[in-house]
Amino acid sequence: MSDTKTAPEAQARKIPAPPVTIESKPFWDAATEGRFLIKRCNACGKAHWYPRAICPICFSDDTVWEESPGEGVIYAHSVMRRSPTGPFAIGYVTLDEGPAVLTNFVDCDLDALAIGQRVKVRFQETENGPPVPVFSPV
Amino acid sequence: MSIKGQAYIMGAYEHPLRDAPDKSTPQIHAECAKGALEDAGLTKDDIDGYFCAGDAPGFGGLSMIDYMGLRNVRHMDSTETGGSSYILHVGHAAQAIAQGKCKVALITLAGRPRQQKFGGFGGGGRPGQLTDGPPEAGFENIYGGTTHNTYAMCAARHMYEYGTTSEQLAWIKVAASHHAQWNEHAMLRDVVTVEDVLNSPMISDPLHRLDCCVVSDGGGALIVTSPEIAKSLNRPKVKVIGAGESPKGPMGGHDLDLTHSGALWSGPIAFEEAGVKPSDMKYASIYDSFTITVLMQLEDLGFCEKGQGGKFVADGNLISGVGKLPFNTDGGGLCNNHPTNRGGITKVIEAVRQLRGEAHPKVQVPNCDLAIAHGTGGSLGTRHGAATLIMERE
Repeated sequence: MSDTKTAPEAQARKIPAPPVTIESKPFWDAATEGRFLIKRCNACGKAHWYPRAICPICFSDDTVWEESPGEGVIYAHSVMRRSPTGPFAIGYVTLDEGPAVLTNFVDCDLDALAIGQRVKVRFQETENGPPVPVFSPV
Repeated sequence: MSIKGQAYIMGAYEHPLRDAPDKSTPQIHAECAKGALEDAGLTKDDIDGYFCAGDAPGFGGLSMIDYMGLRNVRHMDSTETGGSSYILHVGHAAQAIAQGKCKVALITLAGRPRQQKFGGFGGGGRPGQLTDGPPEAGFENIYGGTTHNTYAMCAARHMYEYGTTSEQLAWIKVAASHHAQWNEHAMLRDVVTVEDVLNSPMISDPLHRLDCCVVSDGGGALIVTSPEIAKSLNRPKVKVIGAGESPKGPMGGHDLDLTHSGALWSGPIAFEEAGVKPSDMKYASIYDSFTITVLMQLEDLGFCEKGQGGKFVADGNLISGVGKLPFNTDGGGLCNNHPTNRGGITKVIEAVRQLRGEAHPKVQVPNCDLAIAHGTGGSLGTRHGAATLIMERE
């Protein structure tokens, strides 16, 4: 396709400030410090995503924040070609801790992304908001 | 059937807070649900019916069902009548229970009007301010997800797991275009080939432009009556014989499965109620926001084995008069219309035409006495609600 660009500069899609709730604020405060947090339930032992006060697996309210290395594999992805700011990749990462995270893939050859590929979290700046987690191939 | 004596209120919980600066609205919904469940002596996984109104953040009940991880919900109702909603919901829940649509209904209300100083509701990010919108918004809405690229992820994963090809997906569009050529109102009336679909511009890998439905204005309406009224009217009778519904979402992100849709649960409920099976269907209206939507739903409804949808739709098998399962004979969303990006009502309308024998003669299925209309709303790639309807000509 003539209008398909995958040059690195075309990947610089700006990410808007995330809506922050009182429940998610600790996550975004940590993100500002470059730390990637997930929630784990003390009752059932499972980690979940996105983070909630009450465990979506067992409904216990004994959930705690846990710092994660933010590593995992691509579950599925798609490169959006029809974008005013150029192509960008959206996808799910299955974290090593278990849960799947919706995200963007950056700083990479978008056409070389593959299901099963190992990726690691990094943070991308937003406009007037906390940085948000995105992923790049390891 | 009266609801009298058909349902019982067995759990109730009132949240103790009157000023809740430290809890989100979804959290208060969940705490109330937890309190009512504990009062009743039931658990989250016993809930198979969920009722909420406009105070619940998100898209109908889908965001809260996903937030709370209600994985067994088979009946949903987000009727909004303001403050009276929850009294009305008890009546609706009793109806649903009396009809066997659910056994344990959860009704929740929560909100934080005293915290509005912290920012607006509805999910828009306001730098430096807290919001109280859909709980997933901060973790999902920022990544440029649209219907195109979230459904495209489903297609990509389906191809990875089952070897489905773009050529196979294209056959779905080809079939729709064969039908649309006879519909004078259809937006796209040109018959297309598999090559046409594959040669159309890539929108979001692996979906091409012709894998996508149209964007249209317009609308539709339906009248549903009692058997007595139906008898008194001078129109062919289309009898509702089965209905099923189900939400699906990541629910905490474990075992994410983008290759299945909620049809996996809504379909069997509807078929069982109707006392028929997929192979009995003479015609199928299948929501076709994208070609992959059709393929996944056909598999999940049981028209073919999981993973075999590509082979099932290929070679014109969905074309009326040619294949085994005539689908979307009005041209569907892929070619005819998709009023305000909601294709459910047009799916029922074309099924009614087929059952009445009033479809275009070139696409009318002979002796069409059993039909299905099925749809998914929201996004297959994140969270969605599935609905299945089985109808019979009487």
